[in-house]
Amino acid sequence: MLVYVAKRLLGLVPVLLGVVLLVFSMLWLAPGDPVIALLGESAQGISARQVEELRRAYGLDRGFLEQFVDYLGDVLRLDLGTSLRSSQSVTSEVLSRFPATLALAGSAMAIAILVGGAFGVLAAVYKGTWIDSVAIVVALLGVSVPVFWSGLILMLVFALQLGWLPASGSGTWRHLVMPAAAVGFSSAAFIARVTRASLIEALRQDFVRTARAKGLNESRVRLKHALKNALLPVVTVVGLQFGGLLGGAVLTETVFAWPGVGRLLVDAIRSRDMPLVQGSVLFCAVAFILVNLLVDLSYAALNPKVRYG
Amino acid sequence: MAERVTAARPRRARLSPAARRFLRNRGAVVGLALTVLLVLAAVLAPWLAPYAPDAQDLRSRLRPPSPEHWFGTDEFGRDVLSRVLFGARISLLTGLVPVITGLVVGTSLGLLAGFYRGWLDDVLMRVMDVLLAFPSLLLALAVVGTLGPGMVNAVIAVAIVSVPGYARLARSVVLAAREEEYVHAARALGAHDPRLMLKHVLPATLGPLTVQATLGIGFAILSMAGLSFLGLGVQPPTSDWGEMLSRGRRFLPGSSWLLLYPGAAISLTVLAFNLLGDGLRDAFDPRD
Repeated sequence: MLVYVAKRLLGLVPVLLGVVLLVFSMLWLAPGDPVIALLGESAQGISARQVEELRRAYGLDRGFLEQFVDYLGDVLRLDLGTSLRSSQSVTSEVLSRFPATLALAGSAMAIAILVGGAFGVLAAVYKGTWIDSVAIVVALLGVSVPVFWSGLILMLVFALQLGWLPASGSGTWRHLVMPAAAVGFSSAAFIARVTRASLIEALRQDFVRTARAKGLNESRVRLKHALKNALLPVVTVVGLQFGGLLGGAVLTETVFAWPGVGRLLVDAIRSRDMPLVQGSVLFCAVAFILVNLLVDLSYAALNPKVRYG
Repeated sequence: MAERVTAARPRRARLSPAARRFLRNRGAVVGLALTVLLVLAAVLAPWLAPYAPDAQDLRSRLRPPSPEHWFGTDEFGRDVLSRVLFGARISLLTGLVPVITGLVVGTSLGLLAGFYRGWLDDVLMRVMDVLLAFPSLLLALAVVGTLGPGMVNAVIAVAIVSVPGYARLARSVVLAAREEEYVHAARALGAHDPRLMLKHVLPATLGPLTVQATLGIGFAILSMAGLSFLGLGVQPPTSDWGEMLSRGRRFLPGSSWLLLYPGAAISLTVLAFNLLGDGLRDAFDPRD
């Protein structure tokens, strides 16, 4: 297992380097002068001489590689630059928003696993019946309905019409209910689809037939023998969804004015705050990669074939 | 009489097993029917829409659905039904263009990587790994954050997001196809690499890529609607469902129709392409 962990960690190095390179290149790929891109909205009315002075001051007159090495060094020291809008450290801005994103992602995943898992298991166990049909339709709707629309509908019904929950903002668990439900429903659909397919496959296997032949109780066969083996692909989807939510709950955070990293990123894009855009993107991508690593490692822990394969 | 029977038979037999499996799948047929309806609505929008999509009538601002305005009116008195119909054009277009672009670029890269292997394969696939290391919406936001908000840049962003999926899929099919006997035979007969790739290897990728692309259209429409909802994609006054939702939410709870119809249109469109894509996948790959 240790060898597997070491291999996976080593394999991450080029990907992480590539991600940092891509994020660093955003400044260079932006149309126009990198100095102007870096200045964002404050670049208006600036003279050519000032641009050149700033170019030297920011070190943008040096070669691409030299600047990239510097940037990499800063990233390794967790220095993601300074926000143009707030003049604060990007790292502290992103970190201050991260708990809110984590709370939303965590509670949404809890809902998704419970609802999606239950729907998936029911659909697989009652394959071909009306229960299966209902589960399939609900799962299909879940992957087709935009999360910002379902969020707005929840807001309309439960906050603006019934007045049961606050429409937006943060601070109490009541603020979290609707955003978590909106995101959770969408992720539940993916989990339900994978759980159903994986459990149907597992129920066809020989060991299930053997368990039945031994005279085991049917629910024990389904839940203990088949479900346990069907969980591997489900773990992958849960991990991917959770990792995606750490940086991808942008839309829901915007709908409910939830103060997470996603909303910080959108605000940064709108105000052309390039260091904050780069920092938020890098942070979310690294979080996504690390969650995927954890999923891979848990996969290996669950399935010996993976670590010895 | 006997002649008529024999004449009818070959016509039925012309349907391939995949087409027959597709037509037996209720979901797939519903998806196909919905897609055809949506395309018709988009093409015929100028004739179907009761008003011009940007015709303002400030005296009928924020009117609920009525016989004059079936889907109500927005804050400028524009007819929501007409805007939803014209929005179908933008949504289908901004859903199709990134998929086609991503498909062409991704397939070309996958074809080159799988056919030549070696360092080219290594470099291209590491680049794809880096792109796949981002959650898709985050990568799209990174591209829009770099290039700036706007419809064209959002389309470029969604196209870039879709490239790695097609590249990986095309590469995996090409890796298998290049070892097929008919490819070796063509090479032995003197066919050059470009001919081998385009005439003999590329056709093998078309089936799986078509399925992936159909499912990709739903994803692209959702992503574009999301970017427009955030104010980073299609900009006003163009009729776009995501942008309509973004503006409509300001008039809640009084004007809920501004929310219901564009959102239902996005959901229905994505549902149609997901059903169609699932149906095509099941038809081409009956193992599931």
